[in-house]
Amino acid sequence: MVSIRCPVPRAARPEVIVMTIETTVAGFLLISLTFYVLLGGADFGAGVWTLFARGQSAERQRDAIAKAIVPIWEANHVWLILAVTILFTAFPRAFALLATVLHIPLACMLVGIVLRGSAFAFRTNDVAPRAARQETAHRFWEQVFGLSSVLTPIWLGTIVGAIASGRVRAPSGSFVDSFVRPWLAAFPVSVGLLALAMFAFLAAVYLVQDTHDVRLQDAFRLRGLAAGAAVGIAALLAFILSEDAAPEIRQGLADRPWGRSVLMVAASAGVAAQGLLWARRYRPAAIAAATEATLIVWGWALAQYPYLVEPDLLIQNAAAPPQTLRLLLVLLIAGALVLFPSLYYLYKLFKGDIISPKVDSTS
Amino acid sequence: MPDLLAARSQMAISLAFHIVFAAIGIAMPLMMAIAEWRWLRTRDESYLVLAKRWAKGTAILFAVGAVSGTVLSFELGLLWPHFMEWAGPVIGPLFALEGFAFFTEAIFLGIYLYGWTKIAGSAHLLAGFIVAGSGVASAMAVVTANAWMNTPTGFELVGGRPDRIDLLAVMQNPHALHETIHMVLAAFAATGFVVAGIHAALLLRDRTNRFHRQALAIALMVGGIPALLQPLSGDVLTRTVAKHQPLKLAAIEALFHTEAGAAFRLGGIPDADRQEVRFAVEIPSALSLLLYLDPQATVVGLDQFPRDEWPPLAVVHVAFQVMVGLGFMMTGLALWGGWRWWQGRLADDTWLLRSLVAASPAGFLAIEAGWIVTEVGRQPWIIYQIMRTADAVTPMPGLWVPLVVFTLLYIGLAGVVVWLLWRHIVATADATTIVARR
Repeated sequence: MVSIRCPVPRAARPEVIVMTIETTVAGFLLISLTFYVLLGGADFGAGVWTLFARGQSAERQRDAIAKAIVPIWEANHVWLILAVTILFTAFPRAFALLATVLHIPLACMLVGIVLRGSAFAFRTNDVAPRAARQETAHRFWEQVFGLSSVLTPIWLGTIVGAIASGRVRAPSGSFVDSFVRPWLAAFPVSVGLLALAMFAFLAAVYLVQDTHDVRLQDAFRLRGLAAGAAVGIAALLAFILSEDAAPEIRQGLADRPWGRSVLMVAASAGVAAQGLLWARRYRPAAIAAATEATLIVWGWALAQYPYLVEPDLLIQNAAAPPQTLRLLLVLLIAGALVLFPSLYYLYKLFKGDIISPKVDSTS
Repeated sequence: MPDLLAARSQMAISLAFHIVFAAIGIAMPLMMAIAEWRWLRTRDESYLVLAKRWAKGTAILFAVGAVSGTVLSFELGLLWPHFMEWAGPVIGPLFALEGFAFFTEAIFLGIYLYGWTKIAGSAHLLAGFIVAGSGVASAMAVVTANAWMNTPTGFELVGGRPDRIDLLAVMQNPHALHETIHMVLAAFAATGFVVAGIHAALLLRDRTNRFHRQALAIALMVGGIPALLQPLSGDVLTRTVAKHQPLKLAAIEALFHTEAGAAFRLGGIPDADRQEVRFAVEIPSALSLLLYLDPQATVVGLDQFPRDEWPPLAVVHVAFQVMVGLGFMMTGLALWGGWRWWQGRLADDTWLLRSLVAASPAGFLAIEAGWIVTEVGRQPWIIYQIMRTADAVTPMPGLWVPLVVFTLLYIGLAGVVVWLLWRHIVATADATTIVARR
């Protein structure tokens, strides 16, 4: 399949994914990113709702949000570090290209990550007396935490959108052509908004279950419904823009049978999440929302396959020597054997009533 | 500002900022776990308060360390994409190891900080020791990667790129063991001395406060024992440098000419153009003796290397002197403190307490100086004798902009952290008076 929009002759898009060591490691990369979206992303969403805490229960909303994420956000954040590590170990050419061309949005995202994490830690661990609640410092850190939680997902999504659009190529020409145009365009920014909406949506459906205060549940339910609708709109917008801006992804999703299936299931999961949230069936709603988010990430990855960075880097040709890949795979599997029981223990301790509810939480 | 200089400055500032929080993240968990262990053993409530207070401070510092570490893992590519493209397959697995160690650290720190009432005391204590252990493990993984940049091993060059990569050989590069030990000891020593200095200051105000006496004893133990071992570690590491990076050693010692029976220069400022060191005190034959246990041994000088491969001599030489000077001062204080502790009069020696207050930043200054020796001393190479730093830098122009942005960000964060910890310490001082009086 040769696209006229793409100056390089393209490899045929295979219908099935060939299991090689390269694609297996790429699969681990995708799993890390997925966990980052589902867990780390929701922590950013929690920051969004800190910023938009309104109404009589605003103070309690902010406290409930902080209480919900404080023991887990740092562990959730490590998924991003793991993903970056896999990327530069297994696909160093891709890491070098992305870090070069997307320097500006990556640096902006990092500033957001630093401000978000630091501000949240300052807010939570300031030992000033109890009167600190009224203190300007406390409010200031909450605002910084909230604002950086809004901006960071937009940058992250913009980076993903730029990769998907096939405009991340070795620098040539002017500064703007090389380092700005690849990401400063309608499509990448629409993916940024999609990421923001998705993170806020995930956070809201998780937070509903984290609290037993009915008024807070209602507040987060309404926010979830609004964010869920925003996800739908942003996803539709990105899909429409992708026809011109990311034709390969668009074709991958619209022209291949499994691509269409992923789209359909993702959309259905989104609609189901909304309906379940509306019906106050919170646990299934969270599962549906997480399914929707997962399928959006996987849809992007599958549509790109076999490309890592369109249109120059294939998973195959961007990969490190095989002995590195084998070793990394062993490390990842061994690491997972330690990681998942530890993570389970963490979540069991702090989210025990959510991951294994004693009573039906749908009341 | 040239882009290469901007990139190097940004990397230096990011590392200098992060290493402080990283070192604290290695050592504080051990201190809080020891305090908690004492609480479980003695049921002396002030130990519990101490563990909780230290834990709260650690929560702030760990978070800043985590996010500044994230910045670094991206900066490797943002600033040095050619280096990462080349070296990623070789040292990447070390960062993957570090990633899992960091995962464990973050998970169990969450459990430790927020699980006081949720799990049994022994499980909680175990979580603390897991945090401490994984902190050390992640430091060892990262420092091993840095050691590889000094003495690259474990691969073959095929078409100018690394191939047939052997991770075990990468991990066993000549610098790895000695550099990691040196850094881990430094982290404990530096953190222990800062905390000891803080509690010494508070003891000077309130000599009978049991809380601060206990805190001082733990901090001085955690900081003091590594400070005693550090000269030994430094000696072994220096001899490794002499063997594998003779140019760096010549720069450290400002030894312009290869000579037998080389003198050790104390202090002084090297002048590369005149090839002389001004204001130095020379101890005849001492360098040969230190390096090779032979006063007549030949030490390779800068004259054996082309001038364009010399690192900035004044920076490296002075930084090394600062590091060693501060290190020996801490060793001396550790001996003094250990002697007083042996006598059971640790908190009664006013001059010891005053000295500990004055010396509290010494460890961190020594760490910064030591990293300057390692990193500046490796220049112009990013991978010693394989890739030049100038060839690794990103082609993106205007790098002074991110340099300014991250510098301001880190200066601001440093100010806030100091302010918050100050409040934390003041609050601790007030609150613990109550406990300590019981």
